[in-house]
Amino acid sequence: MSVLIYIDHSDGQVKKSSMEALSYGVKIAEQIGAVAEGVLLGDVSTDLPSLGNFGIKKVYHIQNSLLQIFDAQSYTKVIAQVAQQTSAKIIIFSNNSAGKSLAPKVAVRMNAGYVSGAIALPETSNGFNVRKNVFSGKAFANVEVKTEIKVIALNVNAFSVSEGTGNAEVVSLNIDVEAPKVKVIGTNKTKGTVSLTEAETVVSAGRGLKGPENWKIIEDLASTLGAALACSRPVADAHWRPHNEHVGQTGIAIAPNLYIAIGISGAIQHLAGVNRSKVIVVINKDPEAPFFKAADYGIVGDAFEVVPKLTQAVKKVKGIA
Amino acid sequence: MKILVCISKTPDTTAKIAFTDNNTKFAETGVQWIINPYDEWYALVRAIELKEADPSITIHLINVGNADSDPIIRKALALGGDEAIRVNTQPADSYSTAFQIAEFARQEGYDLIFTGKETIDYNGGAVGAMLSEMLDLPYVGLATSFLLNGKTATITREIEGGEETVEVPLPVVVSCQKGVAEARIPNMRGIMAARTKPLKVVEPKQTETQTVFSGFNLPPAKAGVKLVSSENVEELVRLLHEEARVI
Ligand SMILES: Cc1cc2nc3c(=O)[nH]c(=O)nc-3n(C[C@H](O)[C@H](O)[C@H](O)COP(=O)(O)OP(=O)(O)OC[C@H]3O[C@@H](n4cnc5c(N)ncnc54)[C@H](O)[C@@H]3O)c2cc1C
Ligand SMILES: Nc1ncnc2c1ncn2[C@@H]1O[C@H](COP(=O)(O)O)[C@@H](O)[C@H]1O
Repeated sequence: MSVLIYIDHSDGQVKKSSMEALSYGVKIAEQIGAVAEGVLLGDVSTDLPSLGNFGIKKVYHIQNSLLQIFDAQSYTKVIAQVAQQTSAKIIIFSNNSAGKSLAPKVAVRMNAGYVSGAIALPETSNGFNVRKNVFSGKAFANVEVKTEIKVIALNVNAFSVSEGTGNAEVVSLNIDVEAPKVKVIGTNKTKGTVSLTEAETVVSAGRGLKGPENWKIIEDLASTLGAALACSRPVADAHWRPHNEHVGQTGIAIAPNLYIAIGISGAIQHLAGVNRSKVIVVINKDPEAPFFKAADYGIVGDAFEVVPKLTQAVKKVKGIA
Repeated sequence: MKILVCISKTPDTTAKIAFTDNNTKFAETGVQWIINPYDEWYALVRAIELKEADPSITIHLINVGNADSDPIIRKALALGGDEAIRVNTQPADSYSTAFQIAEFARQEGYDLIFTGKETIDYNGGAVGAMLSEMLDLPYVGLATSFLLNGKTATITREIEGGEETVEVPLPVVVSCQKGVAEARIPNMRGIMAARTKPLKVVEPKQTETQTVFSGFNLPPAKAGVKLVSSENVEELVRLLHEEARVI
């Protein structure tokens, strides 16, 4: 019996969200008395045996030039074959962009019950129950999985990485790989900046900034903090900022350690995407802004005065001023 | 060319979230129901735009739900689309929804199936991908742009830290999010036309239950905001550094 963890990577590096998934899968394996193993498709520059540091005993490494393109259909068939050959009972993904496409497909293929967006270890004393966010972060649900095989996609930033020392055995398996139907014709990565869903700190601004030309102070604060940028929906709708920065109920949902909201009123639909943040700081000139009710720290003041001062103060603490 | 758009019914985005029956059921009293925003604003509107560009396209809408879904299905028809199908059952989870849609879609042979990225109530984010697996079709998730060129689609999708543009032959299942289209409001002509469009009710097929929502709870209330004077920004940074330990 094994717990199989899908290890996602980009630019040759294992994703942090996959390290979280590895740590989570290893804990589940301990809990149910199973072995934890990883599966990785394609080429990485990471030294694979070192993935044993996360507690897995084996990494199934599937290499084939056809895997250079991420095609959910062909990837699913590969992962399902690995799961079958290794008798995996629980299959773990990160609930990131790749995991959202793969996990439900693998679940169907394996006839397994699926829980997306898990936020805690399963409760196994009475059935197999997984806690997840529902109603866009406004509530939690317990989902009981009734099937013998289970697939779980773990929310990003919901489980901390635990690293020790260990050596994983790298195993290659005989797997059929189908030619992808999808052809990649272009990529556009936001170079040098932190990915929004994985970021530990996010600096976000709203209509209070008055116009796109005023984003310099926001960008300065974000780069000082090593943070990703986000914005409210009207800001993206007005094309002040790209739509992939739009957070909220109808945008991206995030759960960073620190979320700084500047000139955002805190409408219920905005909160739905950010209320899982561990610490929320609100800067707004209106003391009645609803966001203050959801905040841990706040400053009532004009963003154009407060934000540059804040950037300076952060630089001082970080010793870069 | 036939397009299927999957439409779900969700509570209004401002609905009060509460639970009844010993925290096992969502409290529906007084809740306004809407078309799940991703399905309406992006999936459906993009399908309508494609039909506007090529009137030979047929659009079917499908919902898995009981008769309470009819008002949101009519609203979707008022935006556009030729006919709607409702599979007459309250789905238990994303799997059972996908199963019912797949059973129907298999007989019809659609060239293109659109879903939203996720429902804003149970946040499964799974129906589209599951459907593609059941129909053994390619799947492109989290699309932010969709173009049709004959028998191929050019789709931009979200990847970790950016976007990627792919080309894929039809038929394909695509989950849509912001960027794919701009939300619209139904006009009077659409609302009138929707009344006479067919809404076909089909009975569900038997399936197993894989997962059950066994209980709900609400997050603990926040302790309250700690306000810092705008004259004393250093104090905020000190608190974030020493007390919250996030800087
Ligand atoms: C179905 C639906 C879905 C939605 N989904 C989303 C979503 O996913 N994400 C989202 O963000 N919104 C969403 N919305 C919109 C949401 O309801 C709000 O309209 C939106 O979040 C408001 O954006 P804002 O706070 O930037 O702007 P505003 O509400 O205009 O607020 C601007 C704020 O800036 C403050 N301000 C002004 N000047 C300054 C200054 N100089 N310094 C400091 N503060 C200043 C003001 O006091 C005010 O609080 C949705 C709405 C609907 C109906
Ligand atoms: N009951 C339903 N009927 C029809 N389509 C649905 C239903 N539930 C979900 N969908 C579609 O599947 C998408 C993802 O749903 P989910 O996996 O439940 O988050 C939604 O955006 C809809 O397009």
